[in-house]
Amino acid sequence: MKVLMFGWEFPPHISGGLGTACYGLVKGMMHQKTDVIFVVPKLWGDEEPLADFVNASSVTIDYTERRFKEIWKNLTYLEVTSFLIPYLGPEEYERFTDKSLHDRIDVDESVFAKQFSFSGKYGKDLMMEVSRYALVAAQIAKDKSHDIIHAHDWLAFPAGIAAKEISGKPLVVHVHATEYDRTGKNVNLQVYEIERSGMEAADHIIAVSQLTKNTIVSKYGIPEEKVTVIHNAVLDASIIQHGARKKVPEKIVTFLGRITYQKGPEYFIEAAAKVLKRDENVRFVMAGSGDLLHKMVNRVAELRIATKFHFTGFLKGGDVDEMFAISDVYVMPSVSEPFGISPLEAVRHNTPVIISKQSGVAEVLQNAIKVDFWDIDSMADAIFGLLHYDGISRMFREMGSNELKKLKWEQVALKVMDTYQHTLTKNV
Amino acid sequence: MRTICFYFQVHQPFRLKPYRFFDIGEDHDYYDTFSNKSIMRKVAEKCYLPMNSLLLELVEKYAGKFKVSFSISGTALDQFEAYAPEVLESFQKLVKTGHVELMNETYTHSLCGLKSKEEFIRLITKHQERIKELFDGYSPKVFRNTELIYSDEIGATVAQLGYKAILTEGAKHVLGWKSPNFVYLNAIEPKLKVLLKNFRLSDDIAFRFSNRSWADWPMTTEKFVTWINQIPQEEETLNLFMDYETFGEHQWAESGIFEFMRHLPDTVLNHSNFTFSTPSEVVENIPPVGKIHVPIPISWADEERDLTAWLGNDLQDEAFDRLYELEELVKSSEDPEIQRDWEYLQTSDHFYYMCTKFFADGDIHTYFSPYENPYEAFINYMNVLSDFILRLKSTAVKKPKTVKK
Repeated sequence: MKVLMFGWEFPPHISGGLGTACYGLVKGMMHQKTDVIFVVPKLWGDEEPLADFVNASSVTIDYTERRFKEIWKNLTYLEVTSFLIPYLGPEEYERFTDKSLHDRIDVDESVFAKQFSFSGKYGKDLMMEVSRYALVAAQIAKDKSHDIIHAHDWLAFPAGIAAKEISGKPLVVHVHATEYDRTGKNVNLQVYEIERSGMEAADHIIAVSQLTKNTIVSKYGIPEEKVTVIHNAVLDASIIQHGARKKVPEKIVTFLGRITYQKGPEYFIEAAAKVLKRDENVRFVMAGSGDLLHKMVNRVAELRIATKFHFTGFLKGGDVDEMFAISDVYVMPSVSEPFGISPLEAVRHNTPVIISKQSGVAEVLQNAIKVDFWDIDSMADAIFGLLHYDGISRMFREMGSNELKKLKWEQVALKVMDTYQHTLTKNV
Repeated sequence: MRTICFYFQVHQPFRLKPYRFFDIGEDHDYYDTFSNKSIMRKVAEKCYLPMNSLLLELVEKYAGKFKVSFSISGTALDQFEAYAPEVLESFQKLVKTGHVELMNETYTHSLCGLKSKEEFIRLITKHQERIKELFDGYSPKVFRNTELIYSDEIGATVAQLGYKAILTEGAKHVLGWKSPNFVYLNAIEPKLKVLLKNFRLSDDIAFRFSNRSWADWPMTTEKFVTWINQIPQEEETLNLFMDYETFGEHQWAESGIFEFMRHLPDTVLNHSNFTFSTPSEVVENIPPVGKIHVPIPISWADEERDLTAWLGNDLQDEAFDRLYELEELVKSSEDPEIQRDWEYLQTSDHFYYMCTKFFADGDIHTYFSPYENPYEAFINYMNVLSDFILRLKSTAVKKPKTVKK
C-alpha cells in the first residue's frame, strides 16, 4: 500500500505538536513497512529520510492539465487575504518566520505561477500558501501513484481534497486540532470552513482523542461513525541524549508549550504564585513563545514572583530535552487540548505530570494528576504534593514509564493502517 | 554678569549579555563584553576623542574664557580603563587645564537615591575616591544625580555631604511661571544651590540640531546668539545640560555639530554679554533668588520629566524592589565580585530598557535599548538577578561557618 500524505511541517523545523506527531506516525509506518510519500510545503534538507519526501516548492505545475481548472475554481475563495490565526500569534510569526521569505510581495510568484517557493511557515501569506499547496497537491497526485491520501489538519485539507479529485483515491483526514481548540469562541470562519469541507470531503476521519471526536461531531456536524479515535504516542526513551544537569538548588516546575489562549498559561502562573507563598524553594519555568507572552511576563511581575518564575522563550531540540530532564514537575494546564504529546515526553524523562482534564492525553495517561484547567487551587495543591511527597512522585515515575511502553507509534501506525484498509474496502 | 554653563553627562552602562534560564546557577559572568567594548570603541571614535580634542583646543585658545563641566559615571570610567584608555587620558588633559570642572554622581549611575540613603552615600563616596584617584586628587564641589533626578530630600542628603550645588532639570511643572535661568536654593537645606537646565535651548542642541523638519533648522551660532540675547537681562545664568554623546553620536559629525561648537565661543563672546562658567563659578558669582520646592522627584527624561522612564510599571518595580531588598545581604558579603555586580546591576539603564511607554517617547527608548522589547529586557535582567541571589545566599550561608572556626 502506498500512502500520499500531506503535512505542513516536519522535524526538525517545527513549531508545535503537529510536526512531532507526523514524525512519530511516519516513523511508525516505516516500521510497518508502509510506503509513504510525505509532502510538505518546504523541505529544509535535514529531515530524517523516513519517507519519500516531496518538496512542494520544487513541484512544477502543468497548466495544460484540464482537470486542474476545476480545482482552481474551488480555490479562488481562499485567496481573500485575512487576519488569520493558525497556530501562532503575531509575535511568533516574527520570531519564527524568516523575514525575507515572509515579507516578500512577489511580482512573479503568484498562486498560479509554475513554481512557487513556500515559506512553509504560518505567516501572513498563509492562506495563499494553503491554496497554492492544493494546486501542487493536484500535480503530485497526477504524477505519483498511490492508493490512499492522508491529510493532516486544515492547512493540508485543501491539498487532500485536490489530490482526491485528481486521482480519485480515498481521502483520510487526520484532525490534530480544530479551530475551536485554538481560539475558543472566536472562531475564524474561513478556517472553520476549510476544516468542515475537509471533513466532509473525506472518506474517513481520524481524531487524536475522544475529546476531538466530540468536537468534530458536535461542531462540524459529522456523523459519529465516520470518525475513528486514534490516540497519539511518544517516541522511545532511547533517543534521549542524557547529560542534562540541574544547576539550581530549587525544584523546578515547568510549563512548555505555545503561550497562547489554548494552552492556559495564566492558570499556571496563578498556581505558581500560590505555591510560592507556601514554599520558596521552587522555581517555575514557562518555556515557549506566543501572543500572550508579554501579558504573562507582566502578570509575573505584578505578582512579584519574577525571581522565582522564569521565561525561556521558544526552545529547540536539545533544550527541550534538557528542560524536561531537569524538571521535577511538568504541568499542562491547557484550556482545550485535542491531544497534547508534551506530557508524554515529560513522562519519558521520568518527570511526573499534572494535566488538565480538558486534554486528549488525559484519556490515555493514567499515572498523572488531572485537574480542571481553571482550578488553580487544585493545581497548586498537586504541584505542592508532587514536590513534597516523594511517595506519589516516585510512583508516578515508575508507573508512568511502564504506561509509556504501551503508547508506541508502531501501534498507532497499525491502527491508522486498519483505518486505511477499512476505508479502501468500503470504497470498492 | 550673565553666563552660560555647559554640563556634559558621560555615561556608559555595563550591558548584560543574553542570559538564559539554563545559565542560572552556573554562569556568573553577566556582561556583554563584546558589545560593551565595541560600543565604547565606536563612541570613543565618533564622540569622546574628537570632542575632547576640540574642547581642549577651545579651552586653550580662549585661555579661560571658555569653560565646560562634566560628570563621568564610574561605569564609564571603568570602561575607559578597560577599552579606551586614550579617552581617559584626554579627559585628564582637559581637567588639567583648570577650566574644566568635574562633578560627582553615584558610581554606577544608580537609582539608589530613591531607595536607600545609605547606599546613595556609599556610591557617591566611591565616585569621589575614583575621581580623586584618576584626576590627580581632584575633589568635586558640585553634584549631579543620575538622569538629573532631584527632590528636596535628595538635595538635603547631598547638602549634608558638603556639596555646594546640585544640578537638575528646569521642569515646567515645578517651575510654573519661574525661569530656569536663575540660581535657586534647596527647600530643606538652603545652603545647597540648585542649578536648573534650560531644556529648550539645551534640547535645541541635543535633540533638534540635525532635525531637518524643525522650523529653525539649520541652527547656526548666529541664530543661537540671537536667541540668548532675547533672554531678559535680569536672568543671569543659562544652563545647557546634555549627554556628551550628543556630539558625534546622537548628532553625527556630518550634521555640523562640531563646527557649531567650534564657533560658538567666538560668537557668544563677541555678540552677546554672556560669558562661560563652570557650575562652581555660577553658584559663587550669582546670588540665588529663592527656594525651589520639589517634593516629588523630577528628572530630565521624556515629556513628563518624572521617573516613569525607569520606574512605575510592574516590570520595573518588580526588578527594582527585588534588587534593593538584597541590600542588607550584600553589605554582609565581603566578596568583591558580589559587590561589583551589585553596583553594576543598579545602573539605571537596565530599568530604562524595561520602559513600556511606547508612545511619544518610545522611539527614543528603543534607540537606546539593546533589547527588542521591554519584556525581553526584564526576563534577561531577572535571570541574571536570580543567579546573583543564589550566589549571595550561598556566601551568606557559608559565612557563619568561617566565623565559628
